[in-house]
Amino acid sequence: MSAPSFTAAGFLRGARRSLAVAAGLAPFGLVVGVLAAGKGLSLAETGLMSGLVFAGASQILALDLWTHPAPVLAASFAAFAVNLRMALMGPALAPWLERLAGWRLWGNLFLLVDHGFALAIAEGRRGERDGGFLFGAGFALWCAWLACSLAGHLLGTTLHPPRGHPLFFAALAAFVSLLVPLWRGRHDALPWLAAAAVALPVARLAPHGAWHVLAAALAGGLVGAGLETRRGR
Amino acid sequence: MIEASNLAAILGMALATLACRAGGYFLFRALRPTPFLRAMLGYVPGALFVGYVAPALAAGGIKEWVGAAATLITVRVSGNIAIGIAAGTASAWLVWLAR
Repeated sequence: MSAPSFTAAGFLRGARRSLAVAAGLAPFGLVVGVLAAGKGLSLAETGLMSGLVFAGASQILALDLWTHPAPVLAASFAAFAVNLRMALMGPALAPWLERLAGWRLWGNLFLLVDHGFALAIAEGRRGERDGGFLFGAGFALWCAWLACSLAGHLLGTTLHPPRGHPLFFAALAAFVSLLVPLWRGRHDALPWLAAAAVALPVARLAPHGAWHVLAAALAGGLVGAGLETRRGR
Repeated sequence: MIEASNLAAILGMALATLACRAGGYFLFRALRPTPFLRAMLGYVPGALFVGYVAPALAAGGIKEWVGAAATLITVRVSGNIAIGIAAGTASAWLVWLAR
């Protein structure tokens, strides 16, 4: 392929596309900030965590078990368990990443996150292969994430919407909305059903961490590839 | 202000997360995947998000179901994710207010 592998135009396209999804990130980021303030983390520490870890669910889980002094091993393990799903995203993005090296590759790996990943996969199916798109999408989401968690810290405990407040639904709505561009057609139906069928009991058995997401991705992948192999025969 | 143990925990989390982000890709590159594994990866993205959504909807109530339906329909019709998130959240909010 002769398409350029990393352009500024691609960066802008990605950034613009992902700002649309940032709305789903905002309430989540605010929660991280509020939680961090509640656990006595300073504004600088909150910013450092959001900037370096940049993975909401793992931050919430770790902050939930935060003590003084900080639980270094438990927090690190929580991050690993929740973010293991990301180990499946890099390989799925191989057609993009294989053409990159140095900071462009490492930058994209560092900024890899669910929303940007879904956008890149959906756009990739329409022919987008510009590593700048992936980087732009991740970078815009990273900025939004940092801004929202810092804002959450500043608001501190003054803003404390109760659990179950519809504002938090925005986080789920973001994931629901990303399903639409990811749906390719009827051959996705059985793999998606398999993913749901596996996710439900796993979420019940292991409510902490994101094992159900990992299990669903593997189950859907196995069923999809199995069906494809059978069709190919 | 940054306290030492907080810094250590944050760095530990950052390293563990980067290991997940980068590790999968480099492992995949080193292993030279079979066609089956490549086919599998095509199904991973959709299945992964189903894995997020299905348990949340199962644990939720009418607020979540109405919100999710509104999100799906709006994104499908408008093709715009931001509008979908806004419409879904607004619908969930309306259900919440009505009860």
